[in-house]
Parts: sequence; structure tokens; C-alpha cells
Amino acid sequence: MVAALTVGTRVLALVILGIGAIVGLAMAVAGAGQAFGVHGWIVLIYCLVIAWRVMLQLDAPEPSPSRLRSYYDDPIKMGVVLTMAWAIVGMGFGVWVAYLLAYPDLRYDAAWTGFGRLRPVHTTGIIFGFGGTALITTSFHVMQRTSRARLAGEFTPWFVLLGYQLFVILAISGYLMGINQSKEYAEAEWYADLWLLVVWITYFTLYIRTLARRAEPHIYVANWYYLSFILIVGVLHIFNNVALPVSWSGSRSYILWSGVQDAMMQWWYGHNAVAFFLTSGFLGMLYYYLPKRAARPIYSYRLSILSFWGITFFYVWVGSHHLHYTALPQWVQTLGMTFSIMLLVPSWATAANALLTLNGAWHKVRDDATLRFMMVAAIFYGMATFEGSFLAIRGVNALSHYTDWTIAHVHVGTLGWNAILIFGAIYALVPVIWRRERMWSPRLVEWHFWLAVAGTVIYVFSMWNSGILQGLMWRTYNDAGTLQYSFIDTVMAMHPYYMGRAVGGTIYMIGMLIGCVNIWMTIRKAPEAGYLRDMPKTPAGDADDRRVPAE
Amino acid sequence: MSVDERDPLTGHRTTGHEWNGITELNTRVPRAVWWAIGLTHAWAVLMWFLLPSWPLVTTYTKGLLGVDQRQLVAGQLAAAARDHDQWMSRIASEDLPTIRGDKELMATVAEVAPALWGDNCQACHGRVATGGPGFPDLVDKSWLWGGDDDAVLETIRVGVNSAHPDTRTSQMLAFGAGGMLTRDEIRTVATYVQSLSGLATPDDATRQAGAQLFADNCASCHGDDGTGDTSLGAPNLTDAFWLYGSDSETLFRTIYGGRHGWMPTWESRLSEAQRKILALYVLNVLPEKQ
Ligand code: HEC
Ligand code: HEC
Ligand code: HEM
Ligand code: HEM
Repeated sequence: MVAALTVGTRVLALVILGIGAIVGLAMAVAGAGQAFGVHGWIVLIYCLVIAWRVMLQLDAPEPSPSRLRSYYDDPIKMGVVLTMAWAIVGMGFGVWVAYLLAYPDLRYDAAWTGFGRLRPVHTTGIIFGFGGTALITTSFHVMQRTSRARLAGEFTPWFVLLGYQLFVILAISGYLMGINQSKEYAEAEWYADLWLLVVWITYFTLYIRTLARRAEPHIYVANWYYLSFILIVGVLHIFNNVALPVSWSGSRSYILWSGVQDAMMQWWYGHNAVAFFLTSGFLGMLYYYLPKRAARPIYSYRLSILSFWGITFFYVWVGSHHLHYTALPQWVQTLGMTFSIMLLVPSWATAANALLTLNGAWHKVRDDATLRFMMVAAIFYGMATFEGSFLAIRGVNALSHYTDWTIAHVHVGTLGWNAILIFGAIYALVPVIWRRERMWSPRLVEWHFWLAVAGTVIYVFSMWNSGILQGLMWRTYNDAGTLQYSFIDTVMAMHPYYMGRAVGGTIYMIGMLIGCVNIWMTIRKAPEAGYLRDMPKTPAGDADDRRVPAE
Repeated sequence: MSVDERDPLTGHRTTGHEWNGITELNTRVPRAVWWAIGLTHAWAVLMWFLLPSWPLVTTYTKGLLGVDQRQLVAGQLAAAARDHDQWMSRIASEDLPTIRGDKELMATVAEVAPALWGDNCQACHGRVATGGPGFPDLVDKSWLWGGDDDAVLETIRVGVNSAHPDTRTSQMLAFGAGGMLTRDEIRTVATYVQSLSGLATPDDATRQAGAQLFADNCASCHGDDGTGDTSLGAPNLTDAFWLYGSDSETLFRTIYGGRHGWMPTWESRLSEAQRKILALYVLNVLPEKQ
């Protein structure tokens, strides 16, 4: 991969990595003896390892200029591998946390194995590690294909992909050492946040620059979604994380906002992390891979426009539904609730647009597990949004809030929609970028599909049961007018469901591991594809696609 | 690429664009979607009229229903308090024997107590108050601080070694760590303690040495015969109930390092009526159940 970069780019990479290593060393020295210092070492080692990889091929010959006439897929390949690696980390911790809740002793008395540390490792590892890397990877693919243009630059995509990995590594290793700014889905401390900001702005400009090169007169819907995801997540990230570090050599900082303003800012961010990270970005993915795989036109362009603007407009209003019955003024809650209901229509319209696109391709859904992944993802998307709008009604939220019902809703969305869609997209993507005829084993894709669906269903039904039971137990009064159940009663009542969830999660994870094997074998063993017309349009003419080296 | 064609399946036209093979139909937005938009928006507008919703410069629209979540909660709390008061005020004012005499009131106690117990006491004393190592069994009738009404109420009120100014103080000295007894002496006296409840049958020499050590060091608190002293919280060492344990190793640790049981004070956390309910739960409700 390094040999495909120009010598100038390799040198530039070394310079940037050198600066990174110096910053890392400075952090390590300034924060010696603290977790901050450990982070310095991590930055230093990360930069040195990549620099070493670049050095190995520093003297390789200049790549041929004809590469500029093909798509730039090397970062995508790396991205696919990293996505699956994060799936293992994120789900591994998810499964651990799930068993931990059923058996609280499963932590071997170490400080870093406390629930409060493992849980954010799961959420950050899975949302930002797995989900975020998948979004970056697929966006590189989609932006090139739908623009019929090569990625802008050869250095920038690597900077974005690998810089982003460093952010997630810093975040997660920090939680294990006790560094956490106590904002859900934004737990990372100030220096990691600043670094993410740099990476994110680069990502945004990369996207815009690639779109500016496009050979198509119009911008495809998938790109609108990816762009809104990048833009709005960036803005939210800035607002939610304005913090004042206590010192330049320590990890502690104080957020500028306080009290109820801070809560509102946090959930404005928190909800839109869900909305623009786990929804808009993923809709971009859906809008490309589903019609592509089904080989059917999108059902309705008009519906796409309507729902895109509906989703984008309404989502930014609804954060307050996470703060029902709190110190947040009631009028803000009413607004959050009403906008959440109005949001349902564009959400369902989008799911319907995807499913109706499959009209005329249902036989493919039956035969092709990859397409079925995407179809099922769209269905779960519809379920998650319906449930979400329902939970946003204050009266319903009074029952569901703080219970496992929220966890059920979360995992309908994340397991059923996000992760299943990622798997579908990756199964579609891997043969294309590695120039393979198909996945190594369609049978294993089929197996993965059923394990994923079974795992999701078991997980979600366990949590629905547990959540509703828990909510009802909390509000049951006896004749004397006092609470019927103590808290520990409700915890004990949860145990069987926690077991169910852990089993469901394990099944899901096994499916994912099968997927990893299949992807690995596809890269190593699957038969090479013949001539594929998969290349950008350039004035200089097309490169012969077959000659794109399939590493 | 530009393509303007008709989809043979649906008969709709495409928009005329193509992206790497993906095209879009120009199907009109289904009527159901417009209906759904109309309905949800109408509902939202209705809510805005009825409930507090839009911010104005210094205030907000209050809504036609005039609801206010703060007042609502305050009202519900007041109603609940009025509800409780029927029985709560009687428990607060009457003494335990009177309450015990009233079957109906005792039924209420039995109903209310388990959740109170579960949320406050269960973590240490266990689900049915049978305790565990370091945490006393409260239904075994072997009391550290006395099992009459006043003693139990007082223990719950002030706690043991707690932050309360009137706290009960429990001090089992660290004879080994404090250098008062050698390890051998500790083993001897421990065997003697075991013999008090028939757990060991030492030879005469050991028994006599143990008895002497006990009389010199322990009897002041545990009594000459080892039956304990409830004014000091010193346990009865002759019965079958053990707070920390009766095996040689645990006994050695108890005598070597001392013990300082800690029970929180509940005076500021629970009302008097609640503390009475818990005392009755421990003294009457639980023993009757078992
Ligand atoms: C100053 C008073 C005092 C003296 C002297 C004293 N003890 Fe204790 N002992 C206590 C108290 C109080 C406790 C209860 C500790 C607690 O509740 O944490 C106790 C607890 C114990 C226990 C634990 C009982 C159980 O149920 O697990 C043993 C055994 C014991 N003492 C043995 C001795 C022996 C042997 C000596 C003499 C070497 C001795 N004690 C001297 C006050 C005393
Ligand atoms: C943090 C743990 C803890 C909690 C919570 C706790 N206790 Fe205790 N409790 C203890 C310990 C330890 C002792 C024994 C103290 C000693 O060593 O003398 C004790 C002793 C007692 C005794 C005296 C036992 C005797 O033999 O004289 C009573 C009665 C009692 N607790 C009632 C309660 C009630 C009622 C509650 C709930 C409101 C409660 N406790 C909550 C730890 C606790
Ligand atoms: C192997 C599958 C998985 C298992 C076993 C699992 C397990 C868990 C557990 C036990 C929790 C903590 C629940 C609690 O605090 O009560 C949790 C929370 C969470 N998980 Fe997962 N998870 C899995 C997959 C995923 C995936 C794929 C995603 C995202 C893409 C995800 C996102 C989240 C989020 C966002 C939360 C926090 C929810 C909240 O705070 O309300 N999980 N998960
Ligand atoms: C119309 C769309 C949606 C609406 C209106 C909605 C609404 C809600 C509501 C009301 C809650 C519960 C808040 C609480 O009681 O604490 C919630 C939680 C959550 N939802 Fe959704 N939801 C929607 C779609 C989704 C989707 C598609 C996903 C994702 C993949 C998702 C992920 C989450 C997560 C992760 C949480 C947990 C937040 C936390 O940590 O507390 N939601 N959502």
C-alpha cells in the first residue's frame, strides 16, 4: 500500500508522523506518572509503528501515473479490516458487559474491569470504532463511485482513516485508566477531542474536494446523507466539548456549560450522535449498497428529497426527549416530544423508499443473503424509529426511562439496523474492491445472516421484557401506598433476562466472527473476477481496471 | 450519465440520472405519506396549544390546559402523604407494644416493611435478615446490643461505630497486633473459646491456660462465663451464633487483629415511623414468617 504512494507523499507522511511522535513524547514526559503520560506513549508508539511501515518502502519506485485513472481503494481495504477488528473489540466488550450484569463478580477485582469503565469501552468501541470506521470506509467507496472520480489526494484519506483510529484508541484506553469527562458518547477528554476535530475537518474537506471533482452533473442522495452526517457531527462535537483543561499536562478538564444547560447541550449532542452518526450516515450507506445490490432504481427520488430534509430538519430539535421529567423546563420537553412524532414520517418514508426499491427484486432477497442483510436492516430501522417516537411521548417515557426498554430500543437500532447494514455493505463491498467474483463462502454469509437476526431478536426481546417488567415494578404501590418492591427485588427479577441478553449477544458475536473468517478467506482465496468496469471517468481515459493490483 | 427511460416493472420514469448503475424513479410521493405528515403535524400543533411549548423572550407559552409538571408532582406527593398519614401518624405516635396489639396496623407494617428493608438494610443483613460474616443475624435471638424494643430502636437510630454523636461503640481489641498476647497465647485462648460452646475438647493443661488468659484479658467485656455483655456489644461466645466465625483461623484473626463492626446511623435517613416499622419487622414479622 505504501508503494502505491508517491515518494513525496511518503516523505510528507513521515514528517507528519514525526511531529505526532514528538507531541506524543512531550505528552509522555509532561504527564509522566499519570494516565496522560501513558496516552503520550500510545501516541508515540502509534506514530512510530506507522512510520516504520512507511520506511520499509520508502525507496520503492514511484507508482505509475496511470493509477490516477482508477479509483483509490487502498484506504478502503484497510478500512474494511479495521472495521471488523473494531467489531471484535466492541462486541467483545459488549458481551463481557452483558455477562457482567448477569454475574457482577465477573470482573476479577481489577480497577479497570468495573462496569463504569467497561461500558463506555463497549459504546465507544462499537459506535465510533466499528460504526465510525465503517462510515468512513464506505463513504470513501460511495463518494468515488457516485462521483465517478478518484478520491482527492492520496495522503488525506490515510490521514482521516488512521487519525480517526488514533482518536478511538485514545478514548478507549483512557476509559480503562479512568479518564472520562462523564458525557455519554463524548467521554473522551479534551486533547482527544481536539485531535478528532482536526481529523473531522480534514474528512469534511476531503469529501467536498472529491465531490468537486465529480464527473456526474448531480450529487447522489447517499452523498447528501454522508455530508450531513459529517457536517452536523462536527458542529455538535464542537459545541458539546468546549472545555477548559485544568493543565496542559493532565487529562482533566471542565466543560464550559453547567447545570441544565449542560444537560441540554449533552443530549442535543447525544441524540444527534444517534441521529447523524447512526442514522444519516447509515442512510447514505443504505442508499448506495441496497439499490446497487438489488440492481433496481430507487423507488422515488421525490420521497428521497422529502425524507432527507424531514430527517435533517426534525432531528436537531428532539434531543430534549432524553430529559423528560427532569429539571429541564417543561416547554422544551413538549417541543422535543412533538418534533419526535413529526420525525416519524420522514423516517418511515425512508425505510419505505428502501423497501419499495426492492419491488421486482424480491427473488434476489430470497436467494442473496447480502441483499437480505440490507433489507432486514431497513425493517429494523423502521422498527427503531417507530419505537423511538413512541418512547418520546412523555407518558410512555415515564415508564421506559432508566429501564432496559431504552437498551432494547438502542439495540434494535444498533444490532438490527447499524451492524446488520454494515455487514451487508461489507459483503457487497469486499468482492468489488478486492476484485473477487464473490465472497469466499455464500453459505457462511447465510449462516451469519441467521445468527445476526436470531441474536438481535433474542437480545431485544429479553430487554423489552426486562425493561417493561422493571418499569412496572418500580411504580407498583401496595395498598398502604408505599412501594411494593425494593430496588434489589427488581434487580433479581432482571437476572433471567440478562442471561437471555448475554446469550443473544454471544450468538450475534459468533455470526460476526464467521463474517471475519469469510472476509479473510475472500481476500486470500476467492477466485479473481474477470473484467470489471469499475473506474472513474477522467479526461485522460480509463485505466484498465483489471490491472489494478489486487493485493 | 444521463438516461431517461421508463422502468418496465412500475411504469414510472426515471429522473434521467445514473450513478455507477444506480438510477432513481420519479414516482410521486404516496398519498399515505402526505396524510401521515398532516396527522402528525396536526397533533403537534394541538399539543403546542394545550401544553407549555414555545419560548417567548422572557417566558413561554403556558398552554390552554395550564399544566405545570412541578405543581403536578407537588400535588401527587401531597396526596400520597395524606394517604400514608392514616397509618403513618399512628405508628409514629404509638409505642411498639400498642402497635403489636393492633392486627390491622401490623398487617400494614408487614406490607410496608419489605421494600424499606430491601432498600436500606438488605445489602448488609441479607434478604431475610440472617446476616453473613461480619453482619449479624437479626432473627437468631442472640443479640449483640439487646433484643428488647428500646435497644433495637436505639441501635437503628444511632448505629454502631457510626458518625452519630450518641453512637454505640463496639471495640474488640487487637490483642495480637497490639502486642498484648503472643501468637501461642492467642491459639490457646481461641481453643478455650471454642470449648465454651463444645466446638473443641482441649486437654486439661490447655483448658486451664486458656481459662486463665480469658479471665485476665477477655472477661471484662465478654463476662466471666463468656456469655457477653449487651451494653458493650460484646457477643456471647458460648452459643451457636457467630458474627465472624468459629473456626480456628477466623478466631485467630478476630483476636489478633480485633474487630470494629460498623452499622450506619439511620436517624437522619429514615423517619421515626420508618425505624419503628423496621424494628417490628425484625422483631415480629420476620420471626413469625420463619
Ligand atoms: C473491650 C471489650 C472486649 C474485650 C476485652 C474482648 N472483647 Fe472480644 N469482642 C468485643 C466486642 C465489642 C466484640 C464484637 C465486635 C463486633 O461486633 O465487631 C467482640 C467479638 C469477639 C469475638 C467474635 C465473636 C463472633 O461471633 O464472631 C470473639 C471470638 C472474641 N470477641 C473473643 C475475645 C477474646 C478471646 C478476648 C480476650 C483475649 C476478647 N474477645 C476480649 C469486646 C471485647
Ligand atoms: C453497612 C452495613 C449495614 C447496614 C446497611 C445496616 N446494618 Fe445493621 N448492622 C450492621 C453491622 C455490621 C452490625 C453489627 C454491629 C456490631 O458489630 O456491633 C449491625 C447491627 C444491627 C442491629 C443490632 C444487632 C444486635 O445483635 O444487636 C440491628 C437491630 C440492625 N443492625 C438493624 C439494621 C436495620 C434495621 C438496618 C436498615 C435500616 C440496618 N441494620 C442496616 C451493618 C449494617
Ligand atoms: C454483541 C452484541 C452486543 C452486546 C452483547 C451488547 C451489550 C450491551 C450492554 C450489556 C450494554 C449496557 C446496558 C446497560 O447499561 O444496562 C450496552 C449498551 C449499549 N450498546 Fe451494546 N451490545 C452489543 C452490540 C452493540 C452494537 C453493535 C452497538 C452499536 C452499533 C451497541 C451500542 C450500544 C449503546 C449505544 C449502548 C448504550 C445504551 C444506553 O446508554 O442507553 N451495542 N450494550
Ligand atoms: C424517529 C427516530 C427515533 C426517535 C424519535 C428516538 C427516540 C428515542 C428516545 C425517546 C429515547 C429514550 C430516551 C430516554 O428515555 O432516555 C432514545 C434512546 C436512544 N435511541 Fe432512539 N430514537 C429514534 C431512532 C433511533 C435509532 C435509529 C437509533 C440507532 C441506532 C437510536 C438509538 C438510540 C440510543 C443509542 C438511545 C440511548 C441514549 C442513551 O444513552 O440514553 N434511536 N431514542
